[in-house]
Amino acid sequence: MATAIKKKKSLVKNLVRFSVNGTAVELEIGTLPHQVETAHTLAHTLRETLGLVGTKVTCDNGACGSCTVLMDGKAVLSCMTLTVECQGRSITTIEGLADPETGRLDPLQQSFIDHTAFQCGFCTPGMIMSAKALLADNPSPTEADVKEALSGNFCRCISHYQVLRAVMATAQGGE
Amino acid sequence: MAEVYRFIGKPTRRKDAVEVVTGTTQYLDDIRFPDLLHGKVLRSPHPHAIIKKIDKSRAEQLPGVKAILTWQDVPDWKGGTPRVVRILDRKVRYVGDAVALVAATSAQIAKEALGLIDVEYELLPAVFDVEEVMKPGAPQLYDELPGNIVTPGTPAFGHSCLTEVVMGDVEQGFREAEVISEGTFGYENIPNPIPPEPPGAVAIWEEPNRVTLWVSNQASYLDKILLFHVFGKKVEVRTHGAACGGSFGTKLMSWQVQTYATLLSRATGRPVKIIFSKEEHIAAFVLRPGSRMQARVGMKKDGTVTAVSGTWLVDTGYYSATTQAQVAVGCGEIQLMTRCANWDLKTAIICTNRNASGSVRGFGGQELKCSFIPVLCLAMEKLDIDPVDFIKKNYVKPGDGYFWRDGLWYTYRGIDYSDAMDQGAMRFGWREKWQGWLKPSSVDGSKRRGVGVGVHGNADIGEDSSEAWVRLNPDGSALLYSCITEHGTGQRSNYVKMVAEVLQLPMERVTVTPADSLINPFEYGPFGSRGTYAIGSAAIAAAEDARRQLLELVAPRLDAKPEELETVDGVVFVRDSPERKIKWGAIGYDRTVMGYGRFDPDFTLANCMITFVEVEVDTETGKVDLLQVVNTTDVGQIIDPPGLEGQLNGCLGSSGIDSALFEETILDHSSGHILNANMIDYKWRTFSELPPIDNIVLETPVASHRFKAIGVGEVATSPGPMAVLMAVSNALGVWLHEYPVTPERVLKALGKLPAMTRTGGAQ
Repeated sequence: MATAIKKKKSLVKNLVRFSVNGTAVELEIGTLPHQVETAHTLAHTLRETLGLVGTKVTCDNGACGSCTVLMDGKAVLSCMTLTVECQGRSITTIEGLADPETGRLDPLQQSFIDHTAFQCGFCTPGMIMSAKALLADNPSPTEADVKEALSGNFCRCISHYQVLRAVMATAQGGE
Repeated sequence: MAEVYRFIGKPTRRKDAVEVVTGTTQYLDDIRFPDLLHGKVLRSPHPHAIIKKIDKSRAEQLPGVKAILTWQDVPDWKGGTPRVVRILDRKVRYVGDAVALVAATSAQIAKEALGLIDVEYELLPAVFDVEEVMKPGAPQLYDELPGNIVTPGTPAFGHSCLTEVVMGDVEQGFREAEVISEGTFGYENIPNPIPPEPPGAVAIWEEPNRVTLWVSNQASYLDKILLFHVFGKKVEVRTHGAACGGSFGTKLMSWQVQTYATLLSRATGRPVKIIFSKEEHIAAFVLRPGSRMQARVGMKKDGTVTAVSGTWLVDTGYYSATTQAQVAVGCGEIQLMTRCANWDLKTAIICTNRNASGSVRGFGGQELKCSFIPVLCLAMEKLDIDPVDFIKKNYVKPGDGYFWRDGLWYTYRGIDYSDAMDQGAMRFGWREKWQGWLKPSSVDGSKRRGVGVGVHGNADIGEDSSEAWVRLNPDGSALLYSCITEHGTGQRSNYVKMVAEVLQLPMERVTVTPADSLINPFEYGPFGSRGTYAIGSAAIAAAEDARRQLLELVAPRLDAKPEELETVDGVVFVRDSPERKIKWGAIGYDRTVMGYGRFDPDFTLANCMITFVEVEVDTETGKVDLLQVVNTTDVGQIIDPPGLEGQLNGCLGSSGIDSALFEETILDHSSGHILNANMIDYKWRTFSELPPIDNIVLETPVASHRFKAIGVGEVATSPGPMAVLMAVSNALGVWLHEYPVTPERVLKALGKLPAMTRTGGAQ
């Protein structure tokens, strides 16, 4: 009897709830194909379970910043964050930056376009999310602040210089 | 004075810009397929071994596993140059060689299955050094390649493919020399460009003999042709080139992962996707070739090079795909930068038991020059010649000739790049900073500064063939058919720009087809710097042909001759009486106009990039900081300023300048394992360490291109490494000849550390 109650309780508990880009997400935890495994990273869940493939995975090892998303407004590496850790959190991905009503791009996205702040573009979503977190925290960063905030974002094409300009142009009092 | 155009030369929005910044660009791993299986590769832990036995029974019982393939299960398809590399073989030749392929319902299950495959190996001795591997009795990697020497030349460049530079009389040349320098130097740190997106492929096999592949590659049409040959010319291949998340030459071909996906799809009847992990990407995908050169150079006091002789040994790792092509291009490029009448430069490509080298930006020439320029520097030092003067004197001039990659002699008809060199030197402050060989430009306690310069150029801007169609629609729009993937250069948008300029249509009204080999005409792909001149010229020719046909069609309606007509914004009008006009729609809703353009190879033009660097060396810690970079070039006409800036800024990463500072792949010569196959231990430049870069771009029109333009993207990485070596040597007052100039090497050069004991590599 006691076991049955415990089992039932655990079934109820086996959910992880968080929001992604303002939409509530409720996922079962378990090992069945439709469930989220405890070993699943947020990057995996975003891409494979929720279909939000704008978040890119480069190293899958916390070294390159490609998979950066916002958790309660702070930049986190989604490849180093377990989905089960996201209970009650608010996640924002690159898909969540444009205005959902009008489709209007976030000023940072627009600035990346205006400054051609990308080449192959694979690292760009992560760059934009890192910069977004910085600007939310510090709307008037110096160039050194931007470099520091983006120092974990890997880019091989060397879009860095154009990215710096794009971020500084968006910052208050920048450029 | 550059001409003024409506779009050309102006910054315009990349056609894919919104997708890139909103995360909706579809890279390979972002495309969804119904019923998809996931593939994984079991890789050898040994550098050289025979597979005695493979037992896959335990793995096959794992629920979700759909196929396991070993060397016993696959057709005898072969790739490589020459074609000696089986898809799966009984023998493994490097740590990471493919042993078995697994397809399963999830990537996780496939990975788990790898651990359940039992393999028994008979270990063979392995060899990692290019000279050791050629000695009698050395382990042999392939029966077909005696002495581990790879067959010279590539059929892709024809039967007389350049494999050496031999001309004139070197003995006579050395007699004329006032100084002779010699030495053996290398560029053997096998850096890896590591594009962020890992290699991968998705294949859908259809019985009996057709496969459709989604590829993340730089040259997706060529994949179709290459795979057709790998598959014994018995399989029809169609490729879809997805957006490519960086290549830097490495994804010119990814035939192995493509064949793995193909074989697994063939075995299961379902779509199969394989995406390499970052560890596989670094340890089992393309590295730069290792380069070691023994060279002898004769020089006169005025900087005239009287003779060059030597042997260039190229370590290609466990097999070659493009290395012969890199040797051919490298042999051409060394002539572009060294005007000399007497040559005896021999080459050999050698297999060793490590991950394979292949195509990387700088394609042979960077590797060769990084080994050769130190020898030139020794001669310049003896004669007290300023390297900028040397480069100006010795870079190819109009009327000079060279043997190019096909072994034929070409007469150069491009410009003299001396103006660009002078302007770069001025911006950098070379004349003020250069104090002479092995002399620092300034010393402040333990901080010593030095300057260096490097040069690179390639006659590849007109290499290979391209075809394009341009279709004009009655609604006043145009469609460019060109089999080009976007790999970061922005060229898909630039071809639209060229077509829009020819047709005088807003760029929004011009689109380009997806890189589907079924619908597009032949395209070699954006190899080297050929994009602007070669591919661009095909697109331009197609647009001009379409325009001509359109004007011929509507001329009678305007009661004019076609040559009296112009078209702007989808309206055709009489040039001298613009009120006589008609919309493109006049051709009828039931008609389109199709123009065809083709570009044929032309090796008589070369680009040129000169890079100046200033470094600061801390003699206490050995750390080298890059303080300033000035790149200088002449592109004829800038097509897209921000895109060009991106290409030139690219000089740092992707195993460019940074391959002289800190980038290296560390191969353990006792086990054959790569010790830094991850992005923490493989060092890369961060935002925190960005030196100022000045890019000086001249525009001397190139008459034979409609917009007077040539490309330079590929060569940006190449002059930098040798410039860094020169700068650090000057800062310290002693020669450094090994890449990269790690703190360890700097301190060793200063006598503050005992000599290193690492075996192999340039000593």
